[in-house]
Amino acid sequence: MEVMPKWAEVVLVPVISLLLAAIISGMVIFAIADVPEADTMQAAFALRIDYVWDAVKLMVNGALGSTYGWGYTLYYATNFMFTGLAVAIAFHARLFNIGGEGQAMLGGLGVALACLYIPWPHWSLALIGAMVMAGLFGAIWAAIPAWLQAKRGSHIVITTIMFNFIAASLLNYVLVNKLRPKGQMDPATARFPEATSLPTLHELLAPFGIAFSKSAPANVSLLVAIAACVLLWVLIWRTRLGYEIRAYGHSESAAKYAGISPVKITMIAMIISGALAGMMAINNVMGEAERLVLNATEGAGFIGIAVALMGRSHPLGVFIAAILFGFLYQGGAELALWTSIPRELIVVIQALVILFTGALDNMVRMPLERMFLWSRRRRAPKPTRTGG
Amino acid sequence: MDAYLTLIQLLDSTVRLATPLLLACLAGLYSERAGIFDIGLEGKMLAAAFFSAAVASLTGSVWIGLAAGIAASMALSALHGVASITFRGNQLISGVAINFLAAGMTVLIAQDWFRQGGRTPSLIGGARFEGVTLPFADALEPVPFIGPLYSELISGHSVLVYMAFAAVPLTWWLLFRTRFGLRLRAVGENPAAVDTAGVSVVGLRYAAVAICGVLCGIAGAYLSTALQAGFVKDMSAGRGFIALAALIFAKWRPWYALWATLLFGLFGALETRPDVIQSLIGVKVQGQLLGALPYLMTVIILAGFVGKAIPPRAGGEPYVKER
Repeated sequence: MEVMPKWAEVVLVPVISLLLAAIISGMVIFAIADVPEADTMQAAFALRIDYVWDAVKLMVNGALGSTYGWGYTLYYATNFMFTGLAVAIAFHARLFNIGGEGQAMLGGLGVALACLYIPWPHWSLALIGAMVMAGLFGAIWAAIPAWLQAKRGSHIVITTIMFNFIAASLLNYVLVNKLRPKGQMDPATARFPEATSLPTLHELLAPFGIAFSKSAPANVSLLVAIAACVLLWVLIWRTRLGYEIRAYGHSESAAKYAGISPVKITMIAMIISGALAGMMAINNVMGEAERLVLNATEGAGFIGIAVALMGRSHPLGVFIAAILFGFLYQGGAELALWTSIPRELIVVIQALVILFTGALDNMVRMPLERMFLWSRRRRAPKPTRTGG
Repeated sequence: MDAYLTLIQLLDSTVRLATPLLLACLAGLYSERAGIFDIGLEGKMLAAAFFSAAVASLTGSVWIGLAAGIAASMALSALHGVASITFRGNQLISGVAINFLAAGMTVLIAQDWFRQGGRTPSLIGGARFEGVTLPFADALEPVPFIGPLYSELISGHSVLVYMAFAAVPLTWWLLFRTRFGLRLRAVGENPAAVDTAGVSVVGLRYAAVAICGVLCGIAGAYLSTALQAGFVKDMSAGRGFIALAALIFAKWRPWYALWATLLFGLFGALETRPDVIQSLIGVKVQGQLLGALPYLMTVIILAGFVGKAIPPRAGGEPYVKER
C-alpha cells in the first residue's frame, strides 16, 4: 500500500534528509569556527553564527558567483554524474556497486592508452575513441565482480571493495613501471598529444557570444554526461531491458518466474555501471589533467554513492544531486583557500548526505508516513453501516 | 645465524602489523556473526586513532587516550546500530557513511584543536604505549636461538599486542562455549528462532555492535599510540578493509582470524623488505603485488575456488518481526 503521495516520496523525503544533513554540517562549522574570544556567551554565539553565515556565503560566491566558479562546479558535477549514474543503475538491479572508484581508475588507464598510442586527427574522434576505451576498461573491472556474484555467489560489495584496492595497486604499478616517461620523477604518464585536447566550455560558448572563464576545467564531457543521463532514463523506463532490470531489483524470485535470467541482469547492470564509472575519465583525465596521474579520481567514485542515494537513483535526480555536489566541492575548495576550514568538510557533508538519505532513510520516512496516515484518516468519511 | 635474525626481525614486524588487523578482524567477527555487516571498521579505527592520540597528547596519559579512542569508536558503533538495527536501514550504506564521517571529522577536529594540518603533536613519554619487557628477556638474550626468539619476537611489544592475542581464545570461548555466544551466533543465522525463544534480537545485536566498537577502538588506539607516535590524516590506510578481507579469509572463525591476519601482516612486513624476498626466491617481486595480495586472495576465496566461505545466513538483513 502506498502510504505517501508521490510528491512526498519524490520531493519531501529527500529535501528533509538534505535539510538534516545541512543543519548538522552548519553545526560542525559552528563548532570549529575560528573566532576571537568573546566576553559573553551571547557575543560568542553571535560571532559563531556570523562565521557560519560567512562560510555559506563564501561557498555560494566561490562556486556560483562567477563563470570561473561555475566552470569548476560543472567540472566536478560532470564527474559525479558519471559515477552517480553508475551507482544508480546498479541500485535498480539491487546491486551495490561500491567499486566506482576502481572502475574510474581503470577508465583513466583506458583513456591514457587511447590518447597516448593512437594518433587521433581531431579531438571529436579522440573523444569517441577515449569513451570506448574508458567504458571498456571500466566495464571489465565491474564485470569480474558481477560474474563472481552471479556465478560463484560471492558478495558483490566485498568484491568491488577489493577491486578498488587491486585497481589502485595495478595503476600504481603501471604508472611507476610502464607508462612513466624516462627521467620523470612523479608517477604519471606523459602529457597527451595536442590533438586529444577537449574544448572547454569557454571555447564551446564563445561562438554564442557567451563569455565563460578560460581557466575553468569544465569541458565538452559535461554534454556527454547529460546525454548519459537522458539515455539512462530511456534505458530504465522505456526499454524492455530497463524493465527487466527494475523487475529483478524489486523481486528476484518474481523476475525469475517471469523468465528473467538473474545472471544476465546482474552482468548487464554491472557492465553498464562499470562503463559509466569508467567514462568519468574523459572528464578528469582527458579533459582536465591531460595526462594520467596516480590519484586522478580523488574519491569521485565514492561520491557517486551519495549522489545516487540523494537522486533516488533517478537520472534527473542524479543530475541535480551531481550539480549540488559539484557546488559543495568547489565551495569547499574556496572555503579551504580563504578560511582555516579544511577541505575535509566536504567529506563530512558527503557522509551526512549518505547517512540521512541512505542509512537513516526510515528515520525520516516513518514519522512522515504516520503523519500522512493520520491526515488521511481524518479526511476520510466515517464508515457507515449498511444492511443488517 | 644472520638469516635467523632477519627472520626474527621479519616476524617481529609481522606481529606489529598484524595486531591492528587482528583486533579489527575480531571486531568484525562479533558484528557479522550477529548478522550486522560492518564495512565501517575502517572509519571506527580511524576515529579511535585520532581521539586516543589527541586525548593522550592533551592529558599526557595514554590510558585516558585509549578510553577516549574506545568511546569514539563506540559512538560510531552506536550510530551504526541505530541506523541498521533500530531504523532497519541498509547496513552497507551506513558503513560507508561512517567511513566518510570519520575520515572528514578527524581532520576537521585535528585542525581545530592542534592547527597542525590535520595531525596531532608527536606523542612522547607516558602519552604513548611503550614496549613491555617480559620477565627474563634480558637474561635470556645471549642464549642462542631461544634468546633472540624470546627477547626480540615475543617480548618487547606494547601491552595492546598481548591484549589482541589474548582476545583470540577469549573470543573463541565467548562465542562457542557460553550461552551468550550461542545466542549471538544464532541471531546471525536465524533471528526469528531467537525471537521465538524469547530472547531479544535487538539487544543481542546491539551487544555485538558494542563489542565491535570496543575492539575497533583498541585497534585504532594501537595505530596512533603504539605503532606510531601520533595521528596523521587517513592513517588507518585501508586496514579496516584488509581486516574485512581477513574475516572472510578466516570464514568468520576466531582462530582462523589469527592466522589470516598474521599472514596479511607478513605481506605487509615483506612489502618493506623486498631484499628478503629476492634472496629467498631469487625473483624480484613488485611491492604493489604484495600490497594487493590480501585483496586478490580474498576475491579468490570468496569466489569459492579454494574452499568455500559461507557468511552468516541472516547477515545484512534487518530483522522485522512478522505480525
